[in-house]
Amino acid sequence: MAQHHDHGHGHDHDHHEEHEQLKVLGFWIFVVTDCVLFGTLFATYAVMMNSFAGGPTGQELFQLPGVIASTFILLTSSFTSGLAVLAMNKGNVKQLIAWLAVTGLLGLSFVVLEVTEFMHLISEGATMGTSGYWSAFYTLVGTHGLHVTLGLFWMTALIFQLKRRGITAVTRRKITNLSLYWHFLDVVWIFLFTVVYLMGVM
Amino acid sequence: MWENIKDFASTFFVTGDPLIYGADVSIVLSMVAIVFVLTKYKKWGWLWREWLTTVDHKRIGIMYLIASLLMLFRGGVDALLMRLQLAFPNVEFLNSDHYNAIFTTHGTIMILFMAMPMMFALFNMVVPLQLGARDVAYPFLNALSFWLFMLGAMLFNISFVIGGSPDAGWLSYPPLSQNEFSPGPGQNFYIWGIQISGIGSLATGINFIVTILKMRAPGMKLSKMPLFSWSVLSSCIMIIFAFPILTVTLALLFLDRFAGAHFFTMDGGGNPMMYLNLIWMWGHPEVYIVVVPAFGIFSEIVATFSRKKIFGYKSMVWAMMIIAVVSFFTWAHHFFTMGTSASVIAFFAISTMIVGIPTGVKVFNWLFTMYRGRISFKQPMLWTIAFIPCFVIGGATGVMLAVAPADYQYHNSYFLVAHFHQVLIGGVVFGYLAGIYYWWPKLFGFKLDEKLGKWGFWFWNIGFYVCFMPQYALGFMGMTRRYYTYGWDRGWADMNLVSTVGAFMMGIGFIFQVWQIAYSIKNGERDTTGDPWNGRTLEWSIPSPAPFYNFAVVPQVKEMDDWWATKEAKANGTYKEEPAKLEPIHMPKNSGIPFIMANFWFLVGFGFTFGWVWMAVIGFIGVFACMWARSFQYDTDYYVPVEEVRRTEASLGRVV
Ligand code: HEM
Ligand SMILES: [Cu+2]
Repeated sequence: MAQHHDHGHGHDHDHHEEHEQLKVLGFWIFVVTDCVLFGTLFATYAVMMNSFAGGPTGQELFQLPGVIASTFILLTSSFTSGLAVLAMNKGNVKQLIAWLAVTGLLGLSFVVLEVTEFMHLISEGATMGTSGYWSAFYTLVGTHGLHVTLGLFWMTALIFQLKRRGITAVTRRKITNLSLYWHFLDVVWIFLFTVVYLMGVM
Repeated sequence: MWENIKDFASTFFVTGDPLIYGADVSIVLSMVAIVFVLTKYKKWGWLWREWLTTVDHKRIGIMYLIASLLMLFRGGVDALLMRLQLAFPNVEFLNSDHYNAIFTTHGTIMILFMAMPMMFALFNMVVPLQLGARDVAYPFLNALSFWLFMLGAMLFNISFVIGGSPDAGWLSYPPLSQNEFSPGPGQNFYIWGIQISGIGSLATGINFIVTILKMRAPGMKLSKMPLFSWSVLSSCIMIIFAFPILTVTLALLFLDRFAGAHFFTMDGGGNPMMYLNLIWMWGHPEVYIVVVPAFGIFSEIVATFSRKKIFGYKSMVWAMMIIAVVSFFTWAHHFFTMGTSASVIAFFAISTMIVGIPTGVKVFNWLFTMYRGRISFKQPMLWTIAFIPCFVIGGATGVMLAVAPADYQYHNSYFLVAHFHQVLIGGVVFGYLAGIYYWWPKLFGFKLDEKLGKWGFWFWNIGFYVCFMPQYALGFMGMTRRYYTYGWDRGWADMNLVSTVGAFMMGIGFIFQVWQIAYSIKNGERDTTGDPWNGRTLEWSIPSPAPFYNFAVVPQVKEMDDWWATKEAKANGTYKEEPAKLEPIHMPKNSGIPFIMANFWFLVGFGFTFGWVWMAVIGFIGVFACMWARSFQYDTDYYVPVEEVRRTEASLGRVV
């Protein structure tokens, strides 16, 4: 194992690049499975759309301004994560880390807004146990929120790694996957916003 | 205080049943025995370094194999208990609750903890070798998949002695699986056991898709890829679309039980039918997920043992890919009788019958391959030949079930029980056994004894027909599934007795096979050639047992069945030897993280099962810590020096 460094580095390098490419492909397939997961949750939501069981409806409780604000925040964070990738392609670690940090902060405010919204809804008497509709609502929106939260942890880990190692084949692949994940969550949110909130208040 | 402890213990441990005390004692004894042996022979370090932390796909395959054989035993004992109970009318061996628990664990274990891991065993044992690859695409993830499966299976299995087994059927339909009807932990064990191992299966699906698409030896175009690898690709495509649905379904059921949600409840706007739709959107593809690899296995074996190229290669590939798609459009045939519109029923009835077509194509291809071949009746081939009529009958009764009007008669009857066992045993189990016999020498370096194997084979086969043919008749005679007892007046007694006898014959067959393995470890014919069956594909071009890096030199593929072509060229003298140039081999390092992380998942599941949120939280923290730790690991691979490769090859009798 110690021989690790004795070998021709050109060959070594190719090998790593290839392995990292492989991991990007795997991540794409993971995103496909996540699409199926969200698809199933959306379908569930559609079935439960009118199962209020005498409880409050979304139309009564949703407060669109807050949701629109979160939408803007998330869209902006997707944009800044794109800027992070651009910085990476220019080889500028400092800028890359800075944009990641901005993205993370925006993501964090999105999560905070979501939690606030949930607390508001619960105080209005709409909980998981109120009706099929609210069960589906919290599960669908909550799963997305959980994904964003996980993304934040991941981002934090990557910032540490970038600080220590700079831009290498490995960190490059990780950032590529992270930004793919982040854009994906953005797309899911747009569907969510349309189906749950816009159609909900209509 | 003492009272409290006693109270707790009496709900925590299952009490009051001699079978379960027996299980308690045997679990404790075998644990003690294992710990004793490991300590006495100072094997803890070995266990950790060589097995618990391994990322070698072949070793992972072996662990899957051992686990699935143990589960086949457990599921088989469950089956025999049920058959004992049904052997005569009015038997009072198992009460109704116990019977419910046993058919539930039997079904769940057989499909999720026996068939799936046995399939993954074969994926791991074979696919990279067949592709001429050094490894799977993500060795670390592969190990993680295995440990998630293993700990999920353990979680499910301990329900027998701790807390109580689930008893709402292997698909756990609500409202039966809701709190009102299934209070206590049993159902939670079901949910978390499957959930955890299901995440592992999903990861395996991703892993093998990328392996097959990206890791093939240079020159192996998809159109030259062996059929088993094609079948794995088809199965994995189904996995990545089906398993997320299962994940969601189980999560929703858990939310109903744990957080008072109303997805599938009878009140609060819940909709139990939605569960049926969701679970079968996973469940129907699932049965194809496990059977398609068996088709791949048969294709390899038929070609090898008939000494002929497979007939209709292209149509085989198409058939498997069509099955992968159409299997997602048949799920509602599982509840024709629950009331929907005629057009919906017609759609699902027709789509179900359509799946029969590619399957028929495959059967004809196998037959044409055998036609005028020089067939040698070694064990793998025997199981293959036995499979064909069995699967054809099972398929025919399946089509009978797909005829929606007739289904009102067969639905949930013993006819159905006979049908699905015929395809599951005749297709899946026979197929995997054939595959295990076929590839065994490659992994272990010796063959399994023919004579004992033939005893096992005949007991399984005759036992199968003796067991399940009477059940078709019982179905027509009005016996429905999940009966735990019946009276003399029904006239079902003789058929049931025959069926039980058949079940025990299969049990004897299994004993022969275990004996066969034990016997062959000492006395089995050693495979010194690396090519004991005169095979066609790349895995037979390397020594047996395969060295940890698989191929000393990555092969250059020119033809379909490249190894066969090479051998022919050598025989004709047209083979051009190219000088082999050894290079240092890039390999992944072992890691303890998959094992540790899966154990934390176990804590999560166990905590939620008993409603101990603190424990689940600890578990989740552990899982995150493991992911975090892994993310910061950069030194994850190493190079095997040329010298070591040369030495290893020499010790296996090769000069490179
Ligand atoms: C080896 C011989 C086997 C025997 C004798 C056997 C016997 C039985 C019996 C008696 C039942 C209960 C039927 C009822 O009361 O409704 C049953 C159910 C079932 N078996 Fe088997 N079985 C065997 C192997 C298998 C295998 C290999 C699989 C799957 C790969 C399997 C999957 C199932 C399933 C899914 C159920 C339904 C459980 C439920 O109703 O929830 N069995 N089996
Ligand atoms: Cu089906």
